[in-house]
Parts: sequence; structure tokens; C-alpha cells
Amino acid sequence: MNKNYLSTSSEWTFETIEAYDREIARIARDKFRLDTYPNQIEIIRSDQMMDAYASIGMPVFYNHWSYGKHFVNVEQNYSRGRMGLAYEIVINSNPCIAYLMEENTLTMQALVIAHACYGHNSFFKGNYLFRSWTDAEAIVDYLLFAKNYIAQCEERYGVQAVELLLDSCHALMNYGVDRYKRPVPVSAAAEALRQQEREQYIQQHINDLWRTLPRKAQVDETIEIQKFPAESQENLLYFIEKNAPLLEGWQREIVRIVRKVAQYFYPQRQTQVMNEGWATFWHYTILNELYDEGLVNEGFMMEFLTSHTNVVMQPDFDSRYYSGINPYALGFAMMKDIRRICENPTDEDKRWFPDIAGSDWISTLDYVMRNYRDESFILQFMSPQIMRDFHFFALQDDDRRNVIDVTAIHNDEGYRLLRETLSQQYNLSSQEPDIQVESVNIRGDRSLTLYHHMHNRRPLSNDCYEMLRHVHRLWGYDVHLHSVETDGRRVRSYHLQEGRE
Amino acid sequence: MAYVVDRRLNSKNKSLVNRQRFLKRYHEQIREAVSDAVSRRNITDMQRGDSITIPKRDISEPVFRHGQGGQREIVHPGNKEFIQGDRIQRPPGGGGGGSGSGEASDAGEGVDDFVFQISQSEFLEYLFEDLALPNMVKRQLVGSESFETHRAGFSEVGSPNQINIVRTMRSAQARRIALSGKARRRRREVLAELDKQDEEEPTDEDRLALEEELSRLNFRLNTVPFLDDFDLKYNLHVRVPKPSPKAVMFCVMDVSGSMTQDIKETAKRFFFLLYLFLQKNYEHIEVVFIRHHTQAQEVDEETFFYSRETGGTVVSSALTLMADIIEERYSPNEWNIYGAQASDGDNWQEDNQRCHKALVDGILPNVQYFTYIEIGDRDPQGLWHLYQHLEADYSDRFAIQRVRDNSEIYPVFRELFKKTMVVE
Repeated sequence: MNKNYLSTSSEWTFETIEAYDREIARIARDKFRLDTYPNQIEIIRSDQMMDAYASIGMPVFYNHWSYGKHFVNVEQNYSRGRMGLAYEIVINSNPCIAYLMEENTLTMQALVIAHACYGHNSFFKGNYLFRSWTDAEAIVDYLLFAKNYIAQCEERYGVQAVELLLDSCHALMNYGVDRYKRPVPVSAAAEALRQQEREQYIQQHINDLWRTLPRKAQVDETIEIQKFPAESQENLLYFIEKNAPLLEGWQREIVRIVRKVAQYFYPQRQTQVMNEGWATFWHYTILNELYDEGLVNEGFMMEFLTSHTNVVMQPDFDSRYYSGINPYALGFAMMKDIRRICENPTDEDKRWFPDIAGSDWISTLDYVMRNYRDESFILQFMSPQIMRDFHFFALQDDDRRNVIDVTAIHNDEGYRLLRETLSQQYNLSSQEPDIQVESVNIRGDRSLTLYHHMHNRRPLSNDCYEMLRHVHRLWGYDVHLHSVETDGRRVRSYHLQEGRE
Repeated sequence: MAYVVDRRLNSKNKSLVNRQRFLKRYHEQIREAVSDAVSRRNITDMQRGDSITIPKRDISEPVFRHGQGGQREIVHPGNKEFIQGDRIQRPPGGGGGGSGSGEASDAGEGVDDFVFQISQSEFLEYLFEDLALPNMVKRQLVGSESFETHRAGFSEVGSPNQINIVRTMRSAQARRIALSGKARRRRREVLAELDKQDEEEPTDEDRLALEEELSRLNFRLNTVPFLDDFDLKYNLHVRVPKPSPKAVMFCVMDVSGSMTQDIKETAKRFFFLLYLFLQKNYEHIEVVFIRHHTQAQEVDEETFFYSRETGGTVVSSALTLMADIIEERYSPNEWNIYGAQASDGDNWQEDNQRCHKALVDGILPNVQYFTYIEIGDRDPQGLWHLYQHLEADYSDRFAIQRVRDNSEIYPVFRELFKKTMVVE
């Protein structure tokens, strides 16, 4: 019997956590070539975990009632035993901060370290979305800047005024991201320095746009009335920050803060399946490696496998526990499947994935992790095997028909369609209504016109007047919203007039 | 290599600010939920915190979303029997996202409600918000135990155990500097001069003069004491009389045949609210239960609420008993006295005059506040008319209200104890 076990008890101590971390780091780095940020593991109590939940997991965050709402909700559910807390929260920062709950057993701590500190961490460092959209070096500093700035604004302009503004900004948060243009990372210090200049500059710029001085008549005649903005703008918050006529400098700064935060979280929303799948795959692989090396015993493995199986459980659509596809289950299955295709390809795999079948699995997985997001990942790498294992089927629900069609199931005719449909399901731009700034009536009543470009004839939900109220609060003048079909036909128009708030 | 940091000792309640903002924002809804809870809950439960339920639509944070309709495609796992081309009847009520979404919860609370906990003190806070006990000022100052010792700065006199060392030393140092500063400076000059002369071989006279001055200065400096009597500073404490934290609450109830169990239940709620409210304001509360039909007696709580009696009604008997008990046990100098009377309004016609007398002579001069509620939906009875006159005369400490059923108790209670603006 091997006497090299790292531990035989389920109580953790700082020494054993460090011992596990050392071994896991060694395996991750040397054996599986995972490239990570340095780790900072923080042990916290369960109530601190609830705090972390309430501020979207960030170590510092500005105050807002909605986080209080999340907090009381979590608190209620947790204290009634209706939900357990996550075992860990990990933050995309450098060093990568991972929270571990003190209630966890030693096995769970090891699992969490492998999952968060080496799985998620390497994903944050490697994936192209995170690399180009987030700045791990500066995020904590930036949030500190944001917290202080907003606290200052509350002192100066009143909590109420700031709260109303944040409400509106949060409502538009998903429309505060440039989907195609890649932002340039700025360090927090530079950000704070630039903030004042920007405030003044923008204010002048705006005044220029709404110049009230009479222009020379000659010029007016020669220039055609230009559309403003020249092209549709998808980043509503950015457009508002730069162009809303009535916002004060500090208000623009807060819009900007919310926009930056939205941008920071944008990659996470697009890589849920991949990110969780990647982390789950690695904790599974690394802990099994620990066992193979004789560093942990069977008891450890039993406990680990119990939690692991719970995490990757996928209830069927007709189960009462079903609430959509479990990203852990799907992601883990696909990562594992890619390894299988590399190591033991079947004839089918060779037909479907000629370029990866039989290749080195570590570098193939690394390539996948770096260059894909959920939508493209599924479209590219979901094998018929996975579709069979999950018994996937696709439905088409059309309000012009009174039945729902089964369009594809896991058979030869269905694989491709099934895969495309599922991939679309993870495409944020087809899941969220596509709303863009179409024009501003700069010569007239300064009203803002938004276009909702319809997709598959899907209308907006009924509470979109509520949303227009928020847009109106930021813009300050009338807001029009038109739902537009692909052929340019206006299907429905919404209008919020001034003074009707 | 990872750093492991123990954050367990970090401050808790990081979310406190956010939680308070949330409560503040939904203040109105929470208050409604609390007042609902009062009429719904058992009285003995009233002291717990509560689950507050707010309709979800009130607190939703809107985003642009797709509504129902149009064409959508969705993939589900767990196919058992479907094959391509199958047609499924639309499930009733949903053109939405197919099966699986929008299942009702079985937790007893609808999925449409947002539920969370508030603590007992928060519950009472909302319950008694904007309410005030009238005449709180008349808290008497009595007895040695109701004094508190407070710090009150520093004093020149005191006993040695009260010496404030820091102040004393500071004052001594200041005095020493003031008295010896000039001499000390001169001594430094003289010493420097002497050193210089050592090198230059001066005349004896100069040297002698300097040495003489030096010894004079030394003597002068030595006479300045390190610590002098008037340097001593003492901590000063004063004894501040403390308002009496004691209150007594009299519950007076008619138990004659006309009082049904329902009416008693309503009365009990009223008494209980009053008790909780007093408890919030006073450290120590005693409750005296007086029930009456034609005769009055002091009883324990159980008998007061649940034993059945029959017979006529003579209210003055209870009022006289209350006045007697006040005189005997609860000196108005020491106790804050509150009276609450509940009745269906019946009284023996001839008795009204005696009631009036008992109230005016024995009770109203001594109490902080006396409330009367008449329960039932009949027209006002004899007692009501009598009390109406009194209310006009003693508006600062006497109030009457009518209650029809349980649900009205809380509003009526609020009405009775509404914070009144002091009009100068």
C-alpha cells in the first residue's frame, strides 16, 4: 500500500491545502501544459460567500439596491436550505482570485483548486475573448475606482439621483458592449487621470453638436441634411455617453463605468459552456492523475466523484428538475469527447473531424480553448456521439402554426441541423433582441430613434415601455422604437414622449 | 505557486448597505406586507421576524427581451420517442419556449413573488413606524438606582484614584517650560561661553562672573519642582438622573355575556400590539389584567382572555379597581402608566356618572395615556357618548376609537398612536 497520501482526513488545514495546490500545480503545468495567472486562494465564511454572490462575485463593487435584492434572495434561499452555495467563486484578474468556503471538506477544496485555480484560470488567460475584452491586470483597480467615484457622486448629488441613473444604465447593460470593435485596455490609474479631461471635453463636444448659434445660410444650402449617427450604433450606452444632450459630466462617467463592467462580463456570457466544461474537464483529469500517482486514496476519489457527478448531471426535458441544458454537463462531455476523438477515433469521428482525429489531445484542447466561444465551439466540435448521448432533439415553435414541429433528432439526417440549432441557442445576438440607434433628429425635437431588427419575427416583450422609460431618462428627449422586419417593414412602433415619465 | 489567504476574519456584512437600500426602496411594499402579517398572524407569534412577500413584477429589473410569438427553435436533451417530422400539440397556455419552462413551484409560494426575511427588530420597526407614545416626557426621576455616571471632563480637585496621569504630566511639563525656559537658555549660553574661554585663556574676572551666574542659574532651575500641586488633574464624573424605564399597562376588558369570543380575540390583538409597542420604549413592563362584569377583579392572563362569565355590566367597578391598584402599587411618580380598555360598549345606564368620576378623579390625572376601543358594528353605545365628552377635555391623554373586526385593529392602533406634530 502506498504511504504517500497527501491526506487521509477530510478536515482541511492550511498546510494540506498548500500541499494539494503544490501537487495540482505540478501536474497542471508539467503534465498538461496549462498556462495560468498566479493564484491567490482566499478562504472565506459562508456569509462572505453570500456577499460575494450579491456583488456579482467581485471583491469590491459599488453600492446599488439591486445587489441588496440579490443578497436577501440568496440569504433567504440558503437559510431555508433551498439552495447550496457554490463551492467557489473565481475572478478573472491577475493574480487570479479564488474564494474557497471554509465549510468545504479537504476533498472539495482540492476539487475547487483544480477547477478554479487551474481550470478557469487558464481559460481566462488563454481564451481569445478574455484576452481581447478584459484586462485582468486592471480590473480590481478599476472597480475600486468605480466604487469610490460612485460613492463621491452619491455624496455630491444625492443617493437618489445616482440610483435612478444606475437603474437606467443597468437596464441597458447588455447594450453597452461593442460586439465587433475590440477595446483598448487602459490601466486604472490612467483611467482616473483621463476622467477629468474627458468630462470637460465631452461636455464641449456635445454643446457643439447642438450649437444654437445661427449658421451661415450658404453653408446650410450646400450641405445635405446628414443623418446622425452616420451608421447605426449597436452600443447604446456608448452612444448615450458620448451624445446624450442633457447628461452632466459625472453622469456620463457613471454610464461609462457601467459600460466597462458590462464589457468585462461580456466574454463570460459567451463562454459559459466552454469555460465550465474546460474547468470541469481539468478538475476531473487532474484529480484522477493524483489518484494514478498514488497521492490520494479511494475515499478521496469516492467523495470527489460524488460531487463531480452531481455537477455534470443533465436532467431530461420532461424531468421536474429540468431547467435547460446544464453548461457543466455539456461542456464537460464535449471536452472529454474531443480527447476521445484525439486518442481513440472511430470511423465516424474520422469522417466528421478529419483534422483532429488522432492528433495530440493536449494541444488540440488547448487550441480549442484559445480560439472558440460557445457558439462556434458547438458548431465546430459537437460530435454525433454527444448528440446521441444527450438524446438531443430540436423543436420549432412557430406562432403561425398550431403545432410544434420536431425538426431534427439524433440521427444521420438530423445531426447537422441539430448542431446548428443548438449553436444558435448560444449566440447572444440571436438570443437578445437586436436593438440599435438608428438616428437622432438633430434639427428638430432631438428625439432618438431606435430600431429593433427582428429575427424570425420575434417581437419585443410587453415591458419594453418600461425600458423606453430608462432610455428616455438617459437621453432626456422623446424616444421612438420601431420593430423592423428584415425587409425594412415597420411592424410595431413604440414612442415615449417627454413629460410622460 | 499559489498564495493561500485566510479572509475569514474580514468584516462581515459587506452587503449591509445594499440590503438597506433595497429595504428603503421597497419601503411601502414592505410596510404593507407587515400590516398584512399583523392581521393574519397569531398574536403570540407577533414577536418573530417575518417573511416579506413582494410581487415580483414590482421589483423586476427590466431588460429588452423577446416576447412571445414569432418563430423560435430550441434544442432539448432526453429524447425518448420523437422522430423527425413529429408534430406536438402546443401545451396549453404557452406559445412560449416549449416544455420545461415556467413550471409552478411547489414551495407554497407562487413563483411570482419575491420572498425574503426581515428580523424581529426590523419587523417591529416597520410595525410601529411613525408611531409615538404620547406624554413620554413625564418620566419621573426617582431612587438611587436610576442614576447614571457620566464622564464630565476634568477637575482640579478629586481623590487620588481619579488622577488623570496624562493631563497631569502635560500640565506639569507646560509649567516647567514656562518657569524655567529663560534660565535654561541663559545657562546654555553661559556654558558655551565657558567652553570658549577654556580655549582662549580669558581673564579670571570674566570667568568668575560667569561661574557665579552659572551656579545662580543652576539653583534657580533646581527650585522648579517636577510636579506641583496645581499640576494635578482629576477625572470628573457626574451623576445624571435617569428617566424611569418602568411602565405598567392596564388591560381592562368587559367579560359580560354580550362579549363573544370573537370580540375578545380582537381585544387581545389590541392589547398585544400595545404591549409590544411599550416594550420597544421601556425596559421593564408590568401588565395588570382587570376584567369586569358587574364586579371587577384582577386576574392572570389566561383567565382574562379565556374564562367565560355572564351577567350585567358595571364599568365603573373596573375603573375604580384600576385607580385603587395605581394608588396601592404603582405610584405615578415612579411608573409610566398606560391604560387600555376594550368593550362592546354596553354599560348599565346609571353607572355612567360613576365611570366619569372614577376616570376624572382616579385615573386620568395619573396616566400617560388611556385608550378605549369599542368593538362591534352596532351603533355607539352609552359608554361611547360618555367618553366622547372626556376625549374633548383630555385630548392629550385620552383617546377612543371604534373597531369592527380584526383587520381594523392595526389601522386603529396606528390612529391612536399616530405621531402628532407638536404645534407651538
